[in-house]
Amino acid sequence: MGTLSENKRAALLSVLLLVVGCLIWELSIPAQKAAGELTEYELLTGAGQPKAGVPPPSQVLAKAWEQLSNPFYDAGPNDKGIGIQIGYSIYRVLAGYLLAALIAIPLGFLIGMSSVAYKALNPFIQVLRPISPLAWMPLALFVIQDSEASAIFVIFICSIWPMLINTAFGVAGVREDWVNVARTHELGALKTAFTVILPAAAPTIVTGMRISIGIAWLVIVAAEMLVGGTGIGYYVWNEWNNLDLTSVIFSILMIGIVGMLLDSMFGLLQRTVAYTE
Amino acid sequence: MATSFLSIEQLTQRYPDGKGGEFTVFENASFGIEKGEFVCILGHSGCGKSTIMNILAGLAEPTSGVVKMDGRHVSGPSLDRGVVFQNYSLLPWLTALKNVTFGVSARFPGWSKAKVIEHSTAFLAKVGLTGDAIHRKPSQLSGGMRQRVSIARAFANEPKLLLLDEPFGALDALTRGTIQDELIKVWSDTDQTVFMITHDIDEAILLADRILLMTNGPMAQVAESVEITIPRPRVRNDIVEHPNYYAIRNHLVHFLAQRSAELSGQEPTVNQHPKPVRIVMTEEPEGEDPEPAPRLRAVEG
Ligand SMILES: Nc1ncnc2c1ncn2[C@@H]1O[C@H](COP(=O)(O)OP(=O)(O)OP(=O)(O)O)[C@@H](O)[C@H]1O
Ligand SMILES: [Mg+2]
Repeated sequence: MGTLSENKRAALLSVLLLVVGCLIWELSIPAQKAAGELTEYELLTGAGQPKAGVPPPSQVLAKAWEQLSNPFYDAGPNDKGIGIQIGYSIYRVLAGYLLAALIAIPLGFLIGMSSVAYKALNPFIQVLRPISPLAWMPLALFVIQDSEASAIFVIFICSIWPMLINTAFGVAGVREDWVNVARTHELGALKTAFTVILPAAAPTIVTGMRISIGIAWLVIVAAEMLVGGTGIGYYVWNEWNNLDLTSVIFSILMIGIVGMLLDSMFGLLQRTVAYTE
Repeated sequence: MATSFLSIEQLTQRYPDGKGGEFTVFENASFGIEKGEFVCILGHSGCGKSTIMNILAGLAEPTSGVVKMDGRHVSGPSLDRGVVFQNYSLLPWLTALKNVTFGVSARFPGWSKAKVIEHSTAFLAKVGLTGDAIHRKPSQLSGGMRQRVSIARAFANEPKLLLLDEPFGALDALTRGTIQDELIKVWSDTDQTVFMITHDIDEAILLADRILLMTNGPMAQVAESVEITIPRPRVRNDIVEHPNYYAIRNHLVHFLAQRSAELSGQEPTVNQHPKPVRIVMTEEPEGEDPEPAPRLRAVEG
């Protein structure tokens, strides 16, 4: 044991915690009788129906196996594979997110470069930023008249702020020496922006993008619970209405895993643009 | 007065003093630098050396006065004036080589990529950077190596005027010595005009054709222009043997220790030029007396 590297020891400990946690969970749930063992009376009173109790991890695991072995089936509006549901959610998140990036990054550049623009826009940013993205939902539904587009709008509005603020902050904080290097080399404004300011501010900008994607993924679940139809948020809510807690727990796990993957993609991007002074 | 390659005419810089008034860093400073000359400027901290350099670089505007290079007004930064900043100012996300090619491709936009790389690599080699070091980022280089990159970047651009702001300020004495030698080598290869700020008297004597001395601020003046009457090539260990060496050195130390304070704050005359000082130890055969009696002769005019 002493010869293992720190990472390996940590990984072993993680697995151990997982196994112990699942075991405790499994053992703390009273086993349900199989249908064959039920008396006629019990069957008549409906005890054979799956009870809305918390399912043990073994059931969740079985559910996961079942769902993940066929993630893209489509059997009508209320019965789609988990892959399709997650696909819808990711599509909405990316659509809203990319729109936000398209606006936030150039605007952030402007705000970061010009203190007049910063001062002029700051009051708006300060008021709009703390609004819960879901508070926009009724207005969005009314104005846009389309639940799909409204969900995308909500993602847009919640992911724009961290990107905007971080871009402005990163651009404003670019060391004057580096700008002077560009100036003494007679670089034009556009060339300076792309070869000096953008790489200098990139770590801060990408941090903002990473925060934004995290928020967007948090918000999409709630938004889809509201607008319904498709998506992982809707799926959770739908399974809750079906009292299928096994599916609820399974989809919660999936939300976590997808969120983690999205985050680690930006973590990777962050590492590629990072530099040490 | 014959016009110099670089002429600084009645330069004045004032800044708000933070109490509603103004303070004058320097007023009516005038001096010239000839083509191919290596000029150092010495003065106490805060007297305005960096301010002058930023104006020469075109990065800052003086309150009044003009700078002319080759008879043309200097306004704004230009590739004709290369700068080595005090803190290297390398772009930390680029490798050493890319930091140099960054400059070279801006200077020679018509060059092919291969030519830019070849030229940049050659200049890095001139300052002793070869092999895999040139593919490392500044954060993976030592302070001395970073400053070498920064010097290579400036020289590779072959500017008409090279401005160096305390380029060795942050380096230890040994590294300093090696890079000073490299700087001399590159400079004598390229015949560039150099204007360099330094705090180090020995460094200035080793490198410069002429040393400008500034009095203390505020209202600093460029009071003297001391010619370094030691022939080139100069070798660090040998120049101390030269009869003029200690005389010049004593003159500089005396100025900085005493006269820079005494002279400070005096109202400068209009179009004040530094007083030329030429120290030659006469009747002394070269290299015999390492510390001669101060029989110096200051030739004025
Ligand atoms: N932007 C500015 N606003 C106000 N005062 C300034 C500004 N820049 C420089 N100064 C002042 O001008 C004077 C000269 O500064 P400068 O940086 O040129 O000094 P220096 O001779 O280069 O000093 P050092 O040797 O320490 O680098 C200082 O008193 C400084 O406080
Ligand atoms: Mg300075």
